Amino acid sequence: MPETIRRFLDACRENKALNTMITVNEAGLRQEYAAQKSRKGLLSGKLIIIKDNINVKGLPCSCGSRFLKDYIAPYDAHVIERIREAGGLIAGKANMDEFAMGSSTEYSAFGPTLNPVNPEHVPGGSSGGSAAAVAAGLSDYALGSDTGGSIRQPASFCGVVGLKPTYGRVSRYGLTAFASSLDQIGPLTRTVRQSAELLQVIAGKDARDATSSDIPVDDYLSALERDEVQSIGVPFHLLQEGLDPEVKVRFDETVALLKKQGKQVLDVSLPHLKYSIAVYYILATAEASSNLARFDGIRYGARQSREAESINEFYSQNREYGFGAEVKRRIMLGTYVLSSGYYDAYYARAQKVRRLIHDDFQKAFREADVLLLPTCPVLPFKLGEHVDDPLAMYLSDIFTVSVNIAGIPGISVPAGSSDTGLPVGVQILGNLYQEGRILQLGQTLESLR
Amino acid sequence: MDWDIVIGLEVHVQLNTKTKAFCACKVSYGDPPNTHVCPVCLGYPGSLPVLNRAVVDSAIKLGLATHCRIREYNTFARKNYFYPDLPKGYQISQYKDPICYEGYVDIAVRGEQKRIGLTRIHIEEDAGKSMHGEDGTLVDLNRCGTPLLEIVSEPDIHAPEEAYTYLNTLKQIVRYTGISDCNMEEGSMRCDANISIKPKGRKALGTRTELKNMNSFRNVERALKYEAERQRKVLESGAAVTQQTLLWDEQSNQTKAMRSKEDSHDYRYFPEPDLSPLRIDDAWIGRIRSSLPELPDARKKRFTELYGLTEEDAALLSSEKEIADYFENSLQTFNNPRLTGNWVKNEILRILSESGKSAAESPVTPAALAGLLQFLHNNTITPQTAKTVLDEMAATGKAAADIIRDKGLEQISDSSELESLIETILKENPAECERYRGGETKLLAFFIGQVMRGTKGKADQTLTRKILEKKLG
Ligand SMILES: [Zn+2]
Repeated sequence: MPETIRRFLDACRENKALNTMITVNEAGLRQEYAAQKSRKGLLSGKLIIIKDNINVKGLPCSCGSRFLKDYIAPYDAHVIERIREAGGLIAGKANMDEFAMGSSTEYSAFGPTLNPVNPEHVPGGSSGGSAAAVAAGLSDYALGSDTGGSIRQPASFCGVVGLKPTYGRVSRYGLTAFASSLDQIGPLTRTVRQSAELLQVIAGKDARDATSSDIPVDDYLSALERDEVQSIGVPFHLLQEGLDPEVKVRFDETVALLKKQGKQVLDVSLPHLKYSIAVYYILATAEASSNLARFDGIRYGARQSREAESINEFYSQNREYGFGAEVKRRIMLGTYVLSSGYYDAYYARAQKVRRLIHDDFQKAFREADVLLLPTCPVLPFKLGEHVDDPLAMYLSDIFTVSVNIAGIPGISVPAGSSDTGLPVGVQILGNLYQEGRILQLGQTLESLR
Repeated sequence: MDWDIVIGLEVHVQLNTKTKAFCACKVSYGDPPNTHVCPVCLGYPGSLPVLNRAVVDSAIKLGLATHCRIREYNTFARKNYFYPDLPKGYQISQYKDPICYEGYVDIAVRGEQKRIGLTRIHIEEDAGKSMHGEDGTLVDLNRCGTPLLEIVSEPDIHAPEEAYTYLNTLKQIVRYTGISDCNMEEGSMRCDANISIKPKGRKALGTRTELKNMNSFRNVERALKYEAERQRKVLESGAAVTQQTLLWDEQSNQTKAMRSKEDSHDYRYFPEPDLSPLRIDDAWIGRIRSSLPELPDARKKRFTELYGLTEEDAALLSSEKEIADYFENSLQTFNNPRLTGNWVKNEILRILSESGKSAAESPVTPAALAGLLQFLHNNTITPQTAKTVLDEMAATGKAAADIIRDKGLEQISDSSELESLIETILKENPAECERYRGGETKLLAFFIGQVMRGTKGKADQTLTRKILEKKLG
């Protein structure tokens, strides 16, 4: 057995208690290795951990849900095809909040993932399994999906790098949808360069995703050598309250470091950002309520054997059994905001505010090359701390969700630790399709630590 | 009291594109269940729709043929509801901004032209089929994702007969454009109706009911008649019409209420986030416009003006594009529009209906018919012989000239041959001769018949008549 695979399997066993993986592709890896051995590419021989909502043919794709516990994906997602073409090996499927709904990976039917830095704390979510697996050293490369911060926030909590690409940069074909207009697949890696490599492989037009862009893909590895960023915008008005003091200290430190590098730091205004949580939870739940309607237990997934009186009772039985509380909560929210009589007050209005948030960012990018924000206003919380208080959990998404609402790219890079050793991340946001630029500044920050 | 009837129709037309609306599966009819399916139309996790542009072509085609405006920026919407034959739990459709809008169809009602407005035509995908049996329900998803156009009329229809005519006219137009075969039995055309009545002359509309489950144009007409009458009785009894959906029951010829549960859908429409907005520019519309054939109305008009056909014949010959093409193709070889028109309308349509073939696959080609009619026109054969020859042409595919020559069917126009035959016939029927001479001149037909029998129908009619009148006179 090749050394890389053996090391990975050993690491899986040693870190079993962290519960980062739902499926380890132990049998498949050897075959993949044999098939990929001669293939030369950017990811040649590298093991890639895949969030369990990205379909890999022949492997379970549970989405962290009891509903899809035994579901085997019948086809490969676009990103999986791309990884294989680049010589990468699919290492296995990582734990996640059920259907990517959550910020702690506690809402998984397979049990919570623990933060490798401190197992009493959550790894963030919903791509908590991917982030924790990278932090624990299972592999340097993982894929996650980010609908409202689900790559960047766990990257920040686990002290790794996580990048959400521009909406449309990476094909969603084969990503089980949570909120279609917000979802993007992106890398979680140990270093910024590794994120650039993985993004290079997965980015680009795919005819099977009508929302994927045919704008040419940048050369991210050479972008790392450029020095494009002169001015950095910081929306200081958002950092006045609600920020953990330790997060604030690390953030201010980062700003000072950048100034020292000769970067110009500007105060920018994002006046509508305060509405982003409300907008997000209307749009995302509305889309989710429709996207998750297919899980009815007729063609696949959880199916209760009890006799049902009616077709509606049959659906109820399957969905009641298969879905966890958070998923049910969001389906109900989404169904409500789309209901006749409420549409204009919620969905239609949220769409309008979405436009305003987008415009805020466009205005800010006319003033500054990139923007800088904390990834998350709080430190990694303790397991169970927020599990019964969904609103507190939702509010911690404040700095990440607006990025999905505006469709722009963002990268979270480590910015040191709290006094108790918990990781803190900062987030660099770029304008549409400027992944190269934020990767480059991310690497600068990485090199300064 | 006199009542006005107000009817609106919602017609679904299944398009005959090669592949489904949002995936690459074949559009099929009658194949084994679940053989034309893929992750996209099965609604598997992670699959995404991609719009088939041929569907847009078809929509533009019908929009132009019905004088609609074509929308430049189009969006799609999800229509959400749970049903076992709807794998995604929603149908991709259009909601607020249909691709075609503000059009019309002209129909002929009792000799008058009447204009029926079209509110909209929009694109949507079909669901699968549920088959309810004793042991449960089976689902066939071959049809799932098949493209449909929904055509919604303005409340301009004021009688059940008008609804019937409108449907026929619309079907003609759709078939001319070639986007669907509009077969109600096979389900490629479906129609729902809504109807209300109000005291004659009053502006405000009455409460309407919706009618479903009519499987033919005649049943649409019957159901509307029944429902108008039912509403009249309800209102005249002093009660109010309840807004509800009714199913037409063909067996009892009645409308019956659906269980109210099935009637109370909130479809929670919202913009389909998986599809980008679709822009239709003038070039696209122009390309489709130039591909449109001459439409039934224009063709009918041309048939009366150019060929001097009667309104009725022109309407019949232009009703189907294939028949109109057949007629005009035949004129290319032999230009006698009235004669050809008569023969197409009477004989060719008979042969087609007997052989179950379409005009395009007619066993007698337009040129072959023209060949036959030339012999008829120059009196080589009699009309009666011509019919026999045509049947043989249909059966064997031989040319008229060959059949006439091989069987010696040329018309007998030799007066001496006819005179001697007539002499014999008159001798054999002395009593009839007597009666004719006594003033019973209608017996001439009897003698002509005898001559035709004696010549196997080959005798020249005009000449025969002339000789008979001379000998009997
Ligand atoms: Zn399909």
